Amino acid sequence: MENLLNIFVSSIFIDNMIFAYFLGMCSYLAISKTVKTSVGLGLVVMFVLVITVPINYLIDNYLLKKGALTWISQDLADINLSFLSFIMFIAVIASITQLVEMIVEKYTPTLYNALGIFLPLIAVHCAIMGGSLFMQEREYANITEATVFAFGSGIGWLIAIVGIAAIREKVRYSNIPAPLRGLGIAFIMTGLMAIGFMSFMGIKL
Amino acid sequence: MEDKKQPLFSPTNLKLLTKPLGKNNPITVQVLGICSALAVTVKLEPAFVMAVSVTIVVALSNLFISLLRTTIPPRIRMIVQLMIVAFLVIIVDQILQAFVYDISKKLSIFVGLIITNCIVMGRLEAFAMANKPWQSFLDGLGNGAGYGVILLIVAFFRELIGSGTLWGYQVVPQEFYDAGYVNNGMFILPPMALIIVGVIIWIQRARNKELVEKN
Repeated sequence: MENLLNIFVSSIFIDNMIFAYFLGMCSYLAISKTVKTSVGLGLVVMFVLVITVPINYLIDNYLLKKGALTWISQDLADINLSFLSFIMFIAVIASITQLVEMIVEKYTPTLYNALGIFLPLIAVHCAIMGGSLFMQEREYANITEATVFAFGSGIGWLIAIVGIAAIREKVRYSNIPAPLRGLGIAFIMTGLMAIGFMSFMGIKL
Repeated sequence: MEDKKQPLFSPTNLKLLTKPLGKNNPITVQVLGICSALAVTVKLEPAFVMAVSVTIVVALSNLFISLLRTTIPPRIRMIVQLMIVAFLVIIVDQILQAFVYDISKKLSIFVGLIITNCIVMGRLEAFAMANKPWQSFLDGLGNGAGYGVILLIVAFFRELIGSGTLWGYQVVPQEFYDAGYVNNGMFILPPMALIIVGVIIWIQRARNKELVEKN
């Protein structure tokens, strides 16, 4: 339990997807003009992360890793299919996003109208792919840990995008040097926020 | 722009190659591919390897998609594009692991993330789906190079100020350290990458008034 809490907290604050690894910066900068839309995008990212990371965990551990195929037969213990992981992960992510889009469209049209435009974009979202690749690299012990990591990363991403959106809404009324307006100041503000988040470094529960 | 008799390196084609280096830079103007751009720029060497890998992937995927553009059904084009890109990235990753293992370890997940690099998808959607193979290939090369230039500029400052080295060689002389000079550890940490890119954008837009945003 303590271990899970540790993974959860560190994936939100210390290993924050945006401030420590810059994952998902493209949509982070493009969508963060208003708080409302950024909350929507943040929730979708979190949702898709929580679904895709456990699925990719199972694929990685029962199909791709060295010795993962032993549940079929002992003869397959030497087979290492890890080189296929990129293509498998992206295929899972692309099909899950399609599926989620269809389900959301059918059962909750209101949610679909709110999030609809972002859903197809999620397939090429660095944070989602990054979540799966980090899961593979860090070798989580079981699926619960992987899921908790995904949930924490999603929340971290949500906090980051809502934070920058709120700041950008206010900054619009400030007198910024003209060449720095828009993109430039967004980068510098993100840098300053990242410095703030660095103060969480070293926290261990 | 399509003229069948156009020579391979006509002015319009060359423009495809040079424009992304400046006025239409993928990072500072189109806002694409920032994810990986910042994380691999602590040292010059990995940044260079990353820039070359991305250039190869963008150029070749642009070429392949452009060749297939009339046969891909629009509904599933995203998946087709992703598969081609993933296939190219796997090859690049295997080559990196075989020949420059240390750097490949340093780049860790960011090689895999070339698949979801917005530059690749952005150029496929915006250019390769509507243009001929050769133009698309040049566009890919140009955008990869534009991405690489920013990467190298950021990495240059981060390595020089952060570790006092360039490409692994000591540049700041020992006398400086003896006199009390200290490497600025801040530059090794992620936030400075963001701020350096912010400053690059600032400088570029200050020189190029038409790029300035209205707020």
